Amino acid sequence: MAAAVPGASRARAAAALLLLLGCCGAALASGPQDQAEQFFRSGHTNNWAVLVCTSRFWFNYRHVANTLSVYRSVKRLGIPDSHIVLMLADDMACNPRNPKPATVFSHKNMELNVYGDDVEVDYRSYEVTVENFLRVLTGRIPPSTPRSKRLLSDDRSNILIYMTGHGGNGFLKFQDSEEITNVELADAFEQMWQKRRYNELLFIIDTCQGASMYERFYSPNIMALASSQVGEDSLSHQPDLGIGVHLMDRYTFYVLEFLEEIHPASQTNMNDLFQVCPKSLCVSTPGHRTDLFQRDPQKVLITDFFGSVRKVEITTETLSLHRDVAGFESKFPEEELATEPLKYAEQLPVAQIIHQKPKQKDWHPPGGFILGLWALIIMVFFKTYGIKHMKHVF
Amino acid sequence: QVQLVVPMAVVFGPGSVPGDLPRPLPFRDVQEMEISVNLRTSVTSRYEMRYRSTTGQEEAALAAATAREADAALHPLQDTTLGSLTMYVVPETSSLLPQGINVYVGKHRSALVRAVGSLAALQARLREVTQLMSFTASAIAAALSDRVPDGRLSPDARRDLKSSLGYEITFSLLNPDPKSHTVDWDIEGAVNRYVKPVLDKLSLVANFSVDSQILYYAVLGVTPRYDKESSSFLLSAHSLPHVINPVEARLGSSAASLYPVLNFLLYVPERSHSPLYIQDKDGAPVSTNAFHSPRWGGIMVYNVEAPASPQASLPLHVDVDMARVMEVFLAQLRLLFGLSREEVPPDFLLEGPGNEGLADWELDHLLWAHTVENIATVSTTLTSLAQLLDKIGNIVIKDDVASEVYRAVASVQSAVTKLSLGHLHAAFQASKEAVTSSERAFFDPSLLHLLYFPDDQKFAIYIPLFLPMAVPILLSLAKIVRETRLRKKEPTKMD
Repeated sequence: MAAAVPGASRARAAAALLLLLGCCGAALASGPQDQAEQFFRSGHTNNWAVLVCTSRFWFNYRHVANTLSVYRSVKRLGIPDSHIVLMLADDMACNPRNPKPATVFSHKNMELNVYGDDVEVDYRSYEVTVENFLRVLTGRIPPSTPRSKRLLSDDRSNILIYMTGHGGNGFLKFQDSEEITNVELADAFEQMWQKRRYNELLFIIDTCQGASMYERFYSPNIMALASSQVGEDSLSHQPDLGIGVHLMDRYTFYVLEFLEEIHPASQTNMNDLFQVCPKSLCVSTPGHRTDLFQRDPQKVLITDFFGSVRKVEITTETLSLHRDVAGFESKFPEEELATEPLKYAEQLPVAQIIHQKPKQKDWHPPGGFILGLWALIIMVFFKTYGIKHMKHVF
Repeated sequence: QVQLVVPMAVVFGPGSVPGDLPRPLPFRDVQEMEISVNLRTSVTSRYEMRYRSTTGQEEAALAAATAREADAALHPLQDTTLGSLTMYVVPETSSLLPQGINVYVGKHRSALVRAVGSLAALQARLREVTQLMSFTASAIAAALSDRVPDGRLSPDARRDLKSSLGYEITFSLLNPDPKSHTVDWDIEGAVNRYVKPVLDKLSLVANFSVDSQILYYAVLGVTPRYDKESSSFLLSAHSLPHVINPVEARLGSSAASLYPVLNFLLYVPERSHSPLYIQDKDGAPVSTNAFHSPRWGGIMVYNVEAPASPQASLPLHVDVDMARVMEVFLAQLRLLFGLSREEVPPDFLLEGPGNEGLADWELDHLLWAHTVENIATVSTTLTSLAQLLDKIGNIVIKDDVASEVYRAVASVQSAVTKLSLGHLHAAFQASKEAVTSSERAFFDPSLLHLLYFPDDQKFAIYIPLFLPMAVPILLSLAKIVRETRLRKKEPTKMD
C-alpha cells in the first residue's frame, strides 16, 4: 500500500509531463513547415542514382542483395527507373545453385524478395566493367547506347552512387578480372564536375577498406560514406541456411533498416545516416567525408539523394488565346521520302557456317622490340663467351 | 571579354523632345554598363542609341486611338532585326497611353514611352525599358550560373531550362477512372491550332518535337482531402511535390531522343474524388488548377462537371476544352523557359503576346540568355578538355576530335565578334555550332583515360618481367667492359 501512493503520484507526474510535451509539440508543429521551406533550398531539380554491384559468382550473393535492396528503397522513395542506372552481374536469380529460382532474398528465412518482376537492370553480366562504369559517369558513351544506359544528369541533378563488392586499400575489384583505383574514381568525378554533370553527389561504398576509395576526391559538393576504414574488413550480416550463402552485408543491412523508416515527406537529415551502424553492430567502423560538401549535413535531407522530391510552383497565370483560330497550315509540307521496299537479306546457310574451316591466321615476323631484345641477348652472349660456342648452338 | 551590343533607336514624336538635348537631332549616343559575374568574368552591355525625330508615316501611326493600334501600325516601319529595339517617345500629355501608365511595351520590338522633362530622366526610364526588353544583369548572371560563386546566386536562379539544341514536349492525358469517364481530347487539333504557332516562333531557339499519350489507371501519389465547406476535394500545396513521382514512372519519358523532355499532364480526377482543386499556401483554391515543376513540366487538373441527373449512365463522355487547357500549358511553357519572370514596374503596360505565345522581344530575351550561356559552356568545356589533356599526357587525340575543337574555337570567336557588332541572330547560330562541336569533342568515346596506361602501371607490369632477364645481360656487359679495359692495358705491360 505504501508503494501504491508514490506510484499514483508518479503516474500523475508522468501525465503532467506528457501534457507539457504535448503542448510543446503543438507549438513546434508550425516550425517544421518553415523548416520545410528552408530545406527546399537545396537547389536540385532532379535525382539520379547509379547503383553498382561489382561482383559475380554465387558466393557473392550478398553484394547483389545489397544493391537490389538499395534499388528498392530508392524506387520506393520516388526515383523512377529512367533515372536509375543499375549495374549488376545478375547471375543470382537464375543461378543453378539457387534453391528458390527467380528470387534474391535479403532477409534470412526468405522474408523479403528483392528481385521481383520490375527490376530494370541496365548493365548486366559482363557489361559491368570499369570502362562502362567510367563511361556512364563521364558521359563518353558511344552514340549507339540506348537512353536507359545513360546518365543524363545536368547541373541541377543530385546523384547517389552506391558501390559494393570486394575492395582493398585504394581499389575496388570489378568482376574478378579488373579493378578501379581511387585515383581514377576521383578523376571521373572531377570530369563530371567540370562538365557540371551533378549538383551534389552522395557516394556510398560497402566494401572492405571502403574509406580508401573516397580519400582522393577533390571535386566540390561530394559527400562520401563508407562501411569500413582502411585496414578494416566489412563483414557480412547473416547466412541463410536454406540458401547457403550470406544474404547481406552488415552496413547495408543497417542502412536499409534506417531507410525503411524514411518516407518521401520525412525530414530526417544526413547526420542521422552517419550514425547508422556503430561499431558495436557493424564490427567495422563506418566513415564519412563531408569536407568537400558545401552545405551543412544537418540541413541535408535524406530524400535529397534517396528520393525525388520535386520543387513545385503553382501556376498563377494563363496565356489568353483566341479561340477561333483556323488550323495551322504547316509552312513546310513534309516530303514523302521514297523508300525502297525492304527485302530480307540473303544469309549464309547455317550448315555452311558450322562447317567452315577456321581461318589461318597470317604469320607476322616478330616486331621491332622483340627482335631488338633477342638481338641484344645473342650479341652479349657471344661477346662474353666467345664466338667458338657458335658451332654448338647452330 | 564578352560585349553585348543592343542597337536601339529612340524616336521623338512631335512635342516630346526634351529641352536639354546636347546636340540637335539626329545624333548617336552610347551607354555602357558592366555586369561582373565573378572576379575574372564580366560582361559589358553596350546600348548604341540613335536619337531621331519621327518621319511622316510614324507620326500618322502615332496618331492612332489606342496604343495597341499604334504599335500595330508602327510595326512595318521599324527595324525588325533580332536584338534591336525601337523606342517611341510620346508627349507627356499624350492620350495614347492610359492614365498612370508611362511605358507601353508592344508585341514586337518597340515600346511607347511617355516623355519626361529632362533628358537624364528620360534616359533613366529608357534604361528600365531596354533592360526589361533585352536582358537584365540577373538574367545574365543566371545564364552564367556556373561561374557565379556559390552563395551569391539564389537557389531559384537556376530553374529555367538550360539552353539545348532541342526539346521534346509530351502531352499526356491521365485518366485514372476509365469506368466513369471516357475522355476525348482533340490533341492533334489543339497542337496544330495553338501549340504550333508558339513552337514555330521558338524554332529559332531550338528544335521542338511534340508527342502525346493517354495513360489509363494512372493515379496521383497523394490522396486528396475532402473539404465539407466547398464539398470538393483539395490537394494542399505541400503535398504537390509528391504527386509527380509515381506518375513519372509511367510516363515513359522518351526512350527515343536525348533532348530534355517537358511533360504536360492533364489529370481528370476519379468520380469519387471530383471536383478536385489545388490549394495554394494560403489555402485558397488556385484559379488555373495547375502547377509546374522547374525543368520538368506542368500538371493541370481538369474537373468534369457532375452530370445533371444522378442516374446518368456511366461512363460519362467528356470532351476536353482544349483551348482552356492550352492556355494553361502554354503559360507553363513560358514560365519554364523563364519568360515571365522579370519584375515589371507598376507603371508599365505589357501587351499580351496572344496566340503567338511570346512577344518578339521575349524571343530576343531568350536568345541573349542562351547565347551567353552557350558561350560560357563552350569555354568551360574546352578549358576542361585542355586541362584533362595536360593531366593525362597519354591520351591520343583523333583527327576528328581535333577538328571539332578547332571548329568550336572558331565558332565561339565568331559568336563573340557578332555579339559585339549587335547581330544577335548570327551570334546565336554561331554559339549553337560552337556548343555542338565542343560537346562532340569533349564527349568523344575515345577520350576515356582508362584505355591508356598510366606510368605506374607500366612499371608494375614490365619490371617483374624484364628485371630478371636483364640481370645476366648487365653482368655480361660489365664483364665485356672489364675485358676491353684489361686488353687496353696489356700492350703497355708487354713492352
